Amino acid sequence: MATLLEAPTATGQRLRRLPKVAWGNPMTYVIAFFFVGVCIAPVLFIILGGFRTNAQITVDPSGLPGPWVLENYVSVLVSDVFWRQVANSAVAGILTTLGVVVLGLMASFVLARYDFRLNGAMYSLFAAGLMFPMTVAITPLYILIRDLGLMNTLGGIVLPQIAFALPVTIIILVPFLRAIPQEIEEAASIDGASRIGFFFRMVVPLSLPGVITVGILAFVASWNSYMLPLFILNDELSYTLPLGVQAFASQYSVDTARVLAFTSLSMIPALIFFSLFERRIVGGLTGAVKG
Amino acid sequence: MTHSLGESRATRTTSPEGPVVDAAGVRTPSPAHGPRRGKRIDRRKTLEITLLSGPAIVVFLAFVIFPVFLAAYYGFFKWKGYGPPTEFVGLDNYLIILRDSAFHEALLHNGYIVVLSLILQGPAAVALALLLNQKIRGRSVIRILIFVPYVISEVIVGTGWSLMLQSSGAVNDLFEKMGLGFLAVDWLSDPRIALWSLMVIISWKYIGFAVILFLAGLQSIPEELSEAAAIDGASYWQIQRTITLPLLGPTLRIWAFLSIIGSLQLFDLVYIIWGQYVSATAGTSTMATYMVLNGRLAGNFGYGNAVAVVLFLISLVIALTYQRYVLRRDTAGALTEGKN
Repeated sequence: MATLLEAPTATGQRLRRLPKVAWGNPMTYVIAFFFVGVCIAPVLFIILGGFRTNAQITVDPSGLPGPWVLENYVSVLVSDVFWRQVANSAVAGILTTLGVVVLGLMASFVLARYDFRLNGAMYSLFAAGLMFPMTVAITPLYILIRDLGLMNTLGGIVLPQIAFALPVTIIILVPFLRAIPQEIEEAASIDGASRIGFFFRMVVPLSLPGVITVGILAFVASWNSYMLPLFILNDELSYTLPLGVQAFASQYSVDTARVLAFTSLSMIPALIFFSLFERRIVGGLTGAVKG
Repeated sequence: MTHSLGESRATRTTSPEGPVVDAAGVRTPSPAHGPRRGKRIDRRKTLEITLLSGPAIVVFLAFVIFPVFLAAYYGFFKWKGYGPPTEFVGLDNYLIILRDSAFHEALLHNGYIVVLSLILQGPAAVALALLLNQKIRGRSVIRILIFVPYVISEVIVGTGWSLMLQSSGAVNDLFEKMGLGFLAVDWLSDPRIALWSLMVIISWKYIGFAVILFLAGLQSIPEELSEAAAIDGASYWQIQRTITLPLLGPTLRIWAFLSIIGSLQLFDLVYIIWGQYVSATAGTSTMATYMVLNGRLAGNFGYGNAVAVVLFLISLVIALTYQRYVLRRDTAGALTEGKN
């Protein structure tokens, strides 16, 4: 199966020439490094600040650690609060990702491979969701979640997050599923597979790259989500990391170094996920944006 | 590697009739069911469609579409958020919003943010994308690094930047060290400066997204075009101006659309850095912070919902206008392409 999808890539590859990359214009590197520096410096400030003492930070706010201290990071890493918030964020992120992938894949399959009267309308409905960002819906959403008795539960943030991630997911996945050659479906049907059998045996494995893209996007969005937890999670026991960072920052506002250590540790998972799958996500985005 | 290539290829083949356009009705022929298989197949198909798409539609309607209608309903009441709303006040909430100078200010700030985001990020991101699109070493590492600000959460960005921008923070300290002490100002609370500080932070956080988007757009432009132009004697800048930029148009217009919608909804960064109450005096309040402050935090849920409706209508009108007049060209192009 894989070869069928990979076959056309040979032509794609011919477009970008792979032979040895020349060093090119030095000015390019100067500007590129300057830009990368601007992007990275504030992040380094946060990470390095965690290795300093408050005294160091007060005396020399923009200096480097000297001597390096591990105390701040250690004190965060041994605290129950931090790990509870990591667990909450992880559970919410994983449930959101699962929900988005399962619901999104099923709906995208229908939109991509079934011919029916309301197909266009259904696509428009989800596409219109892009114009309903969470900000607009947050006040009534809060009331809705409260009436459903889901306040202070992770379910209360997972369900809306799934719903709000569906438009992007569907817009990315539909072209993927549509690109699966008709011949495969016909072959499967001749071999006696039903539409549903085709879905599970062929579509799910073949759409894996797209699924990874939307999965990572959903996970990172959930991991970083702030506004929804701010409304729904009022009990400290249910806090996710972004709320935790903010609570920690106001609770220990004098202990800047520890706040910086807490902040750096909380961004690690999203950064790792993203660096691993950057290429894939950009590929998915490109397809969606060119629409 | 093979996977990512296969993927970009897959998305590319479908792009002419891709998502946005598709709603208009260009459609690949779907699996042919012979008419002889008859009604039973039809019922089965309907059942499959319902089972597969039902859950997504239910969740989507319940948590995305329904709340907006709920907001429209609650917006007509004076309501503290408990029990069913009873005190119907008609359009009063809306009249108060439209007359409230605090809302006017927030709206104005949103306007500044929309325009400044486009002006500050757009040209810089195009320039950087052109730069990084050259064949240079370490390009993949650079791509990951410039995406870092976009990936970390608003809370981290807000916490980090507000520490750095304090009057005794790292930024002012750095200026002192460089002998530029006169540049050290009160970045966050001076109303003449705070909005610009916000713009710096926004640009820092979101420009990486624009650059990556443009890079992806640039890479889908066939190299043969610029090679042919180069053979005909066109200079680098001529090629960029007459070939690359026009072909990047669709990507630019989509980015601008996303940027405008995002600017209108801006909440997290302002709320985290300027807290609940200071944003108005620092001149950085947005419609969304106004909504939260006067709605939930004040306990006036009817009013908060009315603000949500106003915010929604403003975004909707701008989005539809943009789609009608700016994105239409892309859609038209894609449609005719699909017909060929």
